Amino acid sequence: MPVAKVNGVEVEFEPGMTVLQVAERAGHEIPRFCYHERLSIAGNCRMCLVEVKPGPPKPQASCALPAAENQEIFTDTPMVKKAREGVMEFLLINHPLDCPICDQGGECDLQDQAMGYGRDGSRYAENKRAVEEKNMGPTIKTFMTRCIQCTRCVRFITEVAGVPDIGMISRGEDAEITTYLEKSVDSELSGNVNDLCPVGALTHRPWSFQYRPWELKRTESIDVMDALGSNISIQSRGPEVIRILPRVHEGINEEWLADRSRYVTDGLQARRLDRPYVREDGKLRPASWDEALNAVAAKLKAAKPEKIGVIAGDLQDAESMKAALDLFRALGSANTDCRQDGSAAGVGAREGWLFNSGLQGIEQADSILLVGTNPRAEAPLLNARIRKAWLAGKTRVGLIGEQLDLTYDYDLIGRGTKTLAKLPKAAVDALSNAERPAIVVGAGALTGPNGAAVLNALGKLAAKVGVVRDGWNGFNVLHSAASRVGGLDMGFVPAAGGLSAHEMVQKGALDVLFLLGADEIETGASKAFKVYLGSHGDRGAHGADVILPGAAWTEKPGLYVNTEGRVQMAERAVFPKGEAKEDWAILRALSERVGATLPYDTLDQLRARLMADHPTFGRIDYLAPAGSFDVASLGAKGELGDTALRSSVVDPYLMNPIARASATMAELSEQRVAPALMAAE
Amino acid sequence: MAGLLADKDRIFTNLYGLHDWGLEGAKSRGCWNATKDMLDMGRDWLITNVKNSGLRGRGGAGFSTGLKWSFMPKEVKDRPHYLVVNADESEPGTCKDREIMRHDPHLLIEGCLIASFAMQAHACYIYLRGEYVLERERMEAAVKQAYEARLIGKNNVHGWDFDVYIHHGAGAYICGEETALLESLEGKKGQPRLKPPFPAGAGLYGCPTTVNNVESIAVVGTILRRGADWFAGFGRPNNTGTKLMSISGHVNRPCNVEEAMSIPLRQLLEEHCGGVRGGWGNLKAVIPGGVSVPLITREMSEVALMDFDSLREMKSGLGTAAVIVMDNDTDLVKAIARISYFYKHESCGQCTPCREGTGWMWRVLERMAVGEADPSEIDLLLDVAGQVEGHTICALGDAAAWPVQGLIRHFRHEIEDRISDYRSRRANFAGHAIAAE
Repeated sequence: MPVAKVNGVEVEFEPGMTVLQVAERAGHEIPRFCYHERLSIAGNCRMCLVEVKPGPPKPQASCALPAAENQEIFTDTPMVKKAREGVMEFLLINHPLDCPICDQGGECDLQDQAMGYGRDGSRYAENKRAVEEKNMGPTIKTFMTRCIQCTRCVRFITEVAGVPDIGMISRGEDAEITTYLEKSVDSELSGNVNDLCPVGALTHRPWSFQYRPWELKRTESIDVMDALGSNISIQSRGPEVIRILPRVHEGINEEWLADRSRYVTDGLQARRLDRPYVREDGKLRPASWDEALNAVAAKLKAAKPEKIGVIAGDLQDAESMKAALDLFRALGSANTDCRQDGSAAGVGAREGWLFNSGLQGIEQADSILLVGTNPRAEAPLLNARIRKAWLAGKTRVGLIGEQLDLTYDYDLIGRGTKTLAKLPKAAVDALSNAERPAIVVGAGALTGPNGAAVLNALGKLAAKVGVVRDGWNGFNVLHSAASRVGGLDMGFVPAAGGLSAHEMVQKGALDVLFLLGADEIETGASKAFKVYLGSHGDRGAHGADVILPGAAWTEKPGLYVNTEGRVQMAERAVFPKGEAKEDWAILRALSERVGATLPYDTLDQLRARLMADHPTFGRIDYLAPAGSFDVASLGAKGELGDTALRSSVVDPYLMNPIARASATMAELSEQRVAPALMAAE
Repeated sequence: MAGLLADKDRIFTNLYGLHDWGLEGAKSRGCWNATKDMLDMGRDWLITNVKNSGLRGRGGAGFSTGLKWSFMPKEVKDRPHYLVVNADESEPGTCKDREIMRHDPHLLIEGCLIASFAMQAHACYIYLRGEYVLERERMEAAVKQAYEARLIGKNNVHGWDFDVYIHHGAGAYICGEETALLESLEGKKGQPRLKPPFPAGAGLYGCPTTVNNVESIAVVGTILRRGADWFAGFGRPNNTGTKLMSISGHVNRPCNVEEAMSIPLRQLLEEHCGGVRGGWGNLKAVIPGGVSVPLITREMSEVALMDFDSLREMKSGLGTAAVIVMDNDTDLVKAIARISYFYKHESCGQCTPCREGTGWMWRVLERMAVGEADPSEIDLLLDVAGQVEGHTICALGDAAAWPVQGLIRHFRHEIEDRISDYRSRRANFAGHAIAAE
C-alpha cells in the first residue's frame, strides 16, 4: 500500500483515497460541511483546506484531492488554520446566529466548528443577507437564511433518492437552495436531507420546536415500519418518543431512513389503548385486567381446541409470537398464522422466505427481476440500493407488475401471472446471461389463491436461469411486515390440519379468535369471540370483544427478524401507556388462567426457550452466507391463471395501526399517495 | 512605423475589417494555404512547433499552448477527444477575440482544424459569449463557407473528418472559466468543476478535452506556415510572439492592435493610442491585463513591458493584454468598487470564500468610495481579499481579490484621504458603526 505523511507521521492508505480520508486515517479530523462519504464530492465549502507537499503554495481542498505516494499532508499549520478561519468567517457573516431558537442548536456542525475556527466577534459591519422561506412539504422545515449552500441536500435528493426536486438557483451571494416553484419534495427519503443539513436550514418539520437535542434519551432500536429492520435511535423525553433518527448499519440502511419510519412518532401518542376493555351489551367498557383476562380465559376454556385460533400482526416482536404460539399449541389448537395477507411463503426450506442475497448483496446483482413488488413503497431503502447499482451502470432491472416510477429505468416485462407463465425470451436471457441474477418477489405476488403457484413458477424460473449458484443466492422474497420472517422462522403457521388466517376469519370457523396485533385482516364476517391484544385502537380493536392493551414496539424489548433473515434486538425506549403491559407478559398471565402456564417467567427465559427451539434466533445481527437450496420445489404446482401481480402496499404511509394514528403520516399520504391513486382511477 | 511590429509580420491582417472577412478574402490573405501540407507533417511536428514557438495561452493564464496539447492522451481509446474553443470573452476591457471572429473567422476555423488534428479530435465546439450575436452570425457563416468548400466536415480535402459546432452561451462571466464552460456546454449550470481531474483527462462529457482561447487557436495556422522561429523571434524569451492588445480608457485613440510581446507599455500607449489624455504626466494608473489584474502606477508604467514576466514582477499580470488607462481625473476607489461589483455579480455562488467575500469587499469599497468608512477597514479589506485569494475552486476568487489588493497596495493614501475628508465634513462623527445601521 502507498504511504503518505500526515503531520510528519507516515500512514498507509489505499489507492484512490482522498487526502481527507488519509488524514482521518491518521487520526486528524478534518472539519467539513459539504463533504459526505455517501454523496458525490462538491468541494465547495472550502472548510477542509490542508497544506500539501508537493503542491501549489496555497491550501488545497482535502476532500477532493486524491492522495499520492510520498505526499506530505499538513493539517494544522498556521496557513491551514488561517484559511479555515477565513472560510468560517465567510460562512458566518451571512448566517443569522439565531442558535437559541434554532432546532439544529446543540447538534450543529457550524456551531461545533465555529468553536474551533470562529473568532469572538464579527468584523462584518454590513447588513446580513436574508433569504425567503421555501415550502418543501410536510417533512422539511426551511430557514433558508441559515443555509450555507453546501448542496448536500441537492446531491442526496438527486443521487440517492433519485427525485431531483431540490436545486440551487441564482448565483453569487443570491444563490438559493429551493425546489421548483415551491414544489414539495416528494421523495420517500426526504427526511434524510434534514439529517444531512449541517446547519439549521432544513430541519424536521414534524418535530419542529419540540425539543433540544440534549434533553433526549437515546435508545438503540430497530425500525418496524417495513421488513428491512433499519437501525434506529429512538430519542425520548420522559414517557414520550420525540424523534427517531437512523443509526449506521452498512448492511441494511447505511445511514438513511425512510420518512415513514422516521416521522411515525406522533402515531405513538395517539389512539392508544391504555386500559383493558370488555364488550358488554354490544358496547366496550373499561375493565380491570382481572376481568378482561378472566373473560378471555373463560371463553378459551369453553371452546373446543379446533375452534380457537390466533393471528399475529405485522409489528409483533418474536417473543410475543412465541408466547402466543406456545399457548395455543398447549391448548391443542393448530390454528395459528402470522400471514394476515394470506401469503404462500412459509413452507419448506427457510431460504424460501428470505431475501437471500442480502440487502447489501443486491448491489452486486447485474440483473434483477422484480415480481409483483414496488420496492419504493415497500422498502424505500432497498429501492435506493437498487438505484445505486443501476447508477453504477452494471445492473439491469426488469419488472413484472404495475408500471411504476422507481427512480431508475427498468424493462416492463408484463403485468401479471400470464407473463409469468410464458416469460419472453429476452427477459429469461437477461437473467441467464447475468453473472449474478436476482429475483425479487414482493409479498403481493404470493398472496391470493394462486400464490403458491406463483411461488412455484418463480422457483422453477430461478432454477432454470441459475439464480441460486455457487456463492450466490439471488432468490429474494421482499416482505413488507416486520414480524413476518420471525413468525415464519418459528413456525407461526397452521399446524397439520389447522386453519390459515383467511380461513379463521370465515363465518363459523372459530369460536374464539385471538388477534395478536393483527389489524390488516377483515374479521367482520367471523362471529367468533374476538380478543385483541395490541397497542392502538385500530381495525382489530374495533370489532373486539375483549381488548388487552399491549405495548408498541418502542415500549418493549424485542427480537425482530428482517427480510434477509437477520435477527436484531430492539430495546425499550419508554414504558407502555397507562395500564398497558408488554405483550408476552399478558400472554403469560393469560396462560395461567387457562391452566396451561407457559414455562417462562422472565423475558430472558422466554428468549432462551425461543433460541433453544429455533436456533436461528440465537445469532443476533448475523446474516447467513449464500446457501444453496432446492429453489425449484418452492410453493405448489397449480394454475397460474390470469391475475395482475401488484404490490401489497397501496399506501406506504398507512400500512399499520401506528402509522394510521399519525397525523404526519396522514399528511404524507394525502400529499404523496392520494394524487397518484386519483390519477390511476 | 508605429510600434515594434512591421506590417509584414502581422497575423491578423484584417483586424479592422477593412477587407473581405469571407473565405475568398481570407484565402487571399494566406489563410487555408498549405493546411494540408502541415497536417501531413504529422501530430508530433505540429505540437513540437507550437511548443517551440513559445506560444503561451492568450486567455489570461499564459500556460504554454503546445504543452497543453501534449497533455492529451496519445491514443484515442474508448472516449473521443474534443477541442473546445473558449470564445466567452467577457473580461471587462477585453475585445480582441471579438475582432478575430468578426473579421478573420477563417483563421480561427483553420486553427481549430490544425489543433483538432494534433489532438486527434474530430469535433470542435466554439463556445461564444452570449452577448456576441454578430460574432455568432459571422462565425456560423464562415463555418458554412468552410463546409461548402469542403475544408472541414466529413471527407474534406484535408483528409481529417472534422466538425465545428458553434455554441452560444447565455452571458455569464464564469462560463469563461474552462470547466464552467464545459458544464455549460453540457447543458448544466455554469459552475467550475474541481480539478483534478483536468479536462485533458476528463473534460467535455467526461472525455479528454482541451480548452483554448480564440486567439491561441487563431494564430496557430500562421505560426506553422511561417515557422516557429519567426514567431519566437518577437518579444523576450519566455514571452514570445505577437499579441492582440486592447487599449481603452483615457487615451486619445483607444484601439485594438496586434503588437510584438514585450513592447514597452509607454510606447504602446504613445505610438498606437495617441498618448494618455492630457499627456503622460496626467496618467494615474493602468490596469494592464483586464480588470482581474492589479493596477500599476504611472512610475511602474514607465518601465513596464507588455509581457507575462515583466508585469508579474510588478505583482500585476498580462492577463488578456486589455490595457485600461486611467488619468488623474479618475476616482480610483470608485473604479475598483465598480470592478468589485462586477465580481460580486458574476460569482457563481458555489464556494464559500468567493460567494461571501465578493459581496463583502464590494460593500466596503462602496462605502470607502464616499469615505464612509473607518481607516481600520482598509486593513480589514486587505485581509478579506487575502482570505478569498487562493481559497476557491476557480480563479474568480483570485480575480476578485487582486484589483482590491492592487488598489490598497498603491493608492492606500487615496482611501485614507477620502475617509478623513468625509469626516472633516461631518461635525459629530461616531465611526463606521453608524454607517452600518
